[in-house]
Amino acid sequence: MDYFLQQLINGLTLGSVYGLIAIGYTMVYGIIGMINFAHGDVFMLSAFIAVIIFLMITSLFGGLAIALALVLVLIIAMVLTALWSWAIERVAYRPLRGSFRLAPLISAIGMSIFLVNFVQLVQGPRNKSIPPIIDGSFVIPVDGGNITLAYKQILIIVTTAVLLAAFWFVVQKTALGRAQRACEQDRKMAALLGIDVDRTISLTFVMGAALAAVAGTLFMVQYGVVNFADGFVPGIKAFTAAVLGGIGSLPGAVIGGLLIGLIEVFWSAYFSIDYKDVAAFSILAITLIFMPSGILGKPDVEKV
Amino acid sequence: MAEAEAKRVASDERAAFDWLGALRDAGFLGLLTLGLSFPIIAFRTRQDLWQGLVLDPRWELVTVLVAIAFTARFCWLVFGNRLAGGVQSLAERVGSTLSPLKSYTATFRLVGLAWLIAYPFLAVLFAGPGGALKWIDNFGIQILIYVMLGWGLNIVVGLAGLLDLGYVAFYAVGAYSTALLSTYFGFSFWLCLPLAGIFAALWGILLGFPVLRLRGDYLAIVTLAFGEIIRLVLINWVELTNGAAGISGIPRPTFFGLPFNASDEGFAAFFGLQFTPLHRLFFLFYLILLLALLTNWVTIRLRRLPIGRAWEALREDEIACRSLGIDTVTTKLTAFSIGAMFGGIAGAFFAARLGFISPKSFEFMESAVILSIVVLGGMGSQIGVAIAAVVMIGGTEMLRELVWLKAIFGAGFDPTQYRMLLFGMAMVAMMVWRPRGLISKREPSIVLHEKRAIGGELVKEGQG
Amino acid sequence: MAAPAIDPNAGLDAEPILRVEHLTMRFGGLVAVNDLSFDVARGQITALIGPNGAGKTTVFNCITGFYKPSSGRIVLMSDGALPGPAIDALTDTSMRSRRVGDGGIYLLERMPDSEIAAQARVARTFQNIRLFTGMTVLENLIVAQHNWLNRASGYSLLGLVGAKSFRDAEARAVEIAVAWLDRIGLKGRADDPAGALPYGDQRRLEIVRAMCTGPVLLCLDEPAAGLNPRESAELNELLLSIRDSNGTSLLLIEHDMSVVMEISDHIIVLEYGKKISDGTPEYIKNDPKVIAAYLGVEDEEVDDAAAELDQ
Repeated sequence: MDYFLQQLINGLTLGSVYGLIAIGYTMVYGIIGMINFAHGDVFMLSAFIAVIIFLMITSLFGGLAIALALVLVLIIAMVLTALWSWAIERVAYRPLRGSFRLAPLISAIGMSIFLVNFVQLVQGPRNKSIPPIIDGSFVIPVDGGNITLAYKQILIIVTTAVLLAAFWFVVQKTALGRAQRACEQDRKMAALLGIDVDRTISLTFVMGAALAAVAGTLFMVQYGVVNFADGFVPGIKAFTAAVLGGIGSLPGAVIGGLLIGLIEVFWSAYFSIDYKDVAAFSILAITLIFMPSGILGKPDVEKV
Repeated sequence: MAEAEAKRVASDERAAFDWLGALRDAGFLGLLTLGLSFPIIAFRTRQDLWQGLVLDPRWELVTVLVAIAFTARFCWLVFGNRLAGGVQSLAERVGSTLSPLKSYTATFRLVGLAWLIAYPFLAVLFAGPGGALKWIDNFGIQILIYVMLGWGLNIVVGLAGLLDLGYVAFYAVGAYSTALLSTYFGFSFWLCLPLAGIFAALWGILLGFPVLRLRGDYLAIVTLAFGEIIRLVLINWVELTNGAAGISGIPRPTFFGLPFNASDEGFAAFFGLQFTPLHRLFFLFYLILLLALLTNWVTIRLRRLPIGRAWEALREDEIACRSLGIDTVTTKLTAFSIGAMFGGIAGAFFAARLGFISPKSFEFMESAVILSIVVLGGMGSQIGVAIAAVVMIGGTEMLRELVWLKAIFGAGFDPTQYRMLLFGMAMVAMMVWRPRGLISKREPSIVLHEKRAIGGELVKEGQG
Repeated sequence: MAAPAIDPNAGLDAEPILRVEHLTMRFGGLVAVNDLSFDVARGQITALIGPNGAGKTTVFNCITGFYKPSSGRIVLMSDGALPGPAIDALTDTSMRSRRVGDGGIYLLERMPDSEIAAQARVARTFQNIRLFTGMTVLENLIVAQHNWLNRASGYSLLGLVGAKSFRDAEARAVEIAVAWLDRIGLKGRADDPAGALPYGDQRRLEIVRAMCTGPVLLCLDEPAAGLNPRESAELNELLLSIRDSNGTSLLLIEHDMSVVMEISDHIIVLEYGKKISDGTPEYIKNDPKVIAAYLGVEDEEVDDAAAELDQ
């Protein structure tokens, strides 16, 4: 029982990170129907940015409370990653809008290759590790054993919940969110009604990247290690989460993320840690084959 | 008349040139570069043995980048129009010089083939026996493998319009079946070669069957997932595949039973030649050339058969195909499995060429590279795919040759590090410049009166 | 075969090639087609008309297998097969088709789209033209002959080695295609991409492409949409010649009353997924329910319909 609960907590922590990344995939897919292949690498880039900013802040203002430092890191990483994503959209995707269907996908794969190699080039190929930022944990006795609830896990789950709530508010209640939903439905019509479609799409990329930066910062808090190659697999898993939840659906992305996190952790705990990625990819394939609209997505009727 | 008009407009433009605007624009780009460089370029993380992770500032690099961005943008705004015009007219001039050549495609093809056959000899002639190794192996054989893979994938993506992001899986199936059959059962290379193709085709059918009813990007993602699953199984099934360490000691191909070694039974001894490693390279070069040309020949033939036309029709409009009674599942499966077969055969060659394989050679990046060759070449165009393979693979290999740049950028500069970076940038740039690839025209597969190429804007790219 | 339609129910007496029985199609809560039954007569032109959103295209998609009906039976009787107990017997099995005498009976609601086209030989066109725009006119017609050509190519094996039997078959396919192109006056454009043809030519090419599959029943979804009067007249001529010289039965959806009234032998009127009238053009023109249905919807169609009915 204690082991099970422990894995549940670990799974939810990991799932929060996947869910945050998955939102970026699902929003971009919803609005321009494109798999933003570079999104996983944007997440990786944001983790690097977070690590560097964290080191700068702690070395500049040594005495600063860790909580304040983390808030600063989070904000700066969100802004800078959003800037990157904005630039990527502007350079690699916007010129291809309305073009050949494969062009944006190839461009995104090219961008992904670029980002991986760019980070490798400017930061070197080795793992970058920092000492644990937040130590300590609650130890809760459960019949027969203990479960450990690390402070950082609480931080991750709470931060995710708070930011998702804020984000949900933006998408549901503001003019920007309305414009986004309008563009999803019918981009041409939205443009005719005076919505600046280019700007709305840019902002979608920016928001997706900001949430990826949250994931990147939390990733740093949780693991304390970053590597240039760390974008691909979490990216695919987050995409799996988006698909599992129903692509285009925001709550779906979060639910999918949590599910993928839980499945991965339980799979590793009870079956085989070697095959945990195989499990994630298998879920991706099985979902797409048997349930392509996911848990919360709308089924898509073929138009004849 | 029109020219005079254009000149007048141009001079008006120059007179009214908005210097302030250009400055502002260039300034914005400079600031953006600064924003993007901070902190990822401005600070390099270094793992210090005593202090943990430390930051090395590199502001001078950032300054240089910002200055470059600003100046380049400013110059482009000032001189760009004229430059673009010049490039345009140059391109037109080149195009008009080349256009008469199109009527000599048959001759052109012969010349190309002759050049390919003569290539290893030319390499020896110009680079000497030692220098030729590199030219035949890194350029010749390496590029031809990608040409073959590109042509194989072209059947799936270019002709049938099925977006396959896991093509490398079939390459892996071919390579591993060759490695396992030859090391466990002692099968010869010549037996493994067709078997690898058959196994890969069977895997193509097996994987294709459930996924081929998916449309669009979903198919791409499922194929990517399958590709990764196969790779992960290769890594983790250590008892069979020796895991990440890979399989070594795969027997090299022989020349009708004659090994390429210095022994008395070897190729050199049999023909009374002096032994040199070049013999094997020559042999491998011609072998992959033959395999690639076989792929090409089969593709060209299939295109003119009902099945090939059905593939292209499927790419154009799947619903219309179904209304005409075409069994789309079978049609997709044939494309998928024939493409897989050529991937498998290329994999067999790859395994035997090096005598060693590991899962590292079959990462997603390989699929992405092969797919980009197909798309950059122009979907469905055989010659376009070949050109793209030469440019992309040859071009990045070329970077290894640019060691002299060290003289400019200092000894720490390693041009090969920029290989994949430039590859990624080239993919983006090519898509922005020519989203339909180098050769977007389509040749009809059957002609009544007169053959005319079909403009790329009418050709569709498939739903799946 | 059938007598000229003067009797109000003449169409219903003719021998049917297609029988639709109690067809219902639901999308979620929406009932697009509700308990619809009708016959399509062999060797005749049957038109399915009705206001926008009446469910005509849905009926088409059910017949041609693009949608799976929620309930109902759709039977195709080819090559002289007649309605009879054999159909009920087949329905009780889990099979899709059975040979009866020289012909065959096919339960279309059980068959997927491509099988309906290939085995039951029901061909169709689409409201928004679906030509292979990047392929030439000739290629479009050769692709339509895929199934028999593919068999003739020994499933590509004979074709790959360039066997004579395949080359002969291909030459025959080209002959068939050229004969059809001659009939619509497009032989000169055989090597042009289909997407480069003018709209009216594309419409007729799509019909001819469907005919190249050798259908017993041809379903046309708004063949006259977007055509000018001259093109409309050419279309009428083509459809009549398909009926008369090829013996193919036609089922068409059409809004253009000049086409419908001029060429149809039999008309079925749908409204809100239900049949409101069924009979000869003469009968339909004078059916008060039809007039009410058309006048009930404020549409430009009303004027067209009214103009036609006044004649």
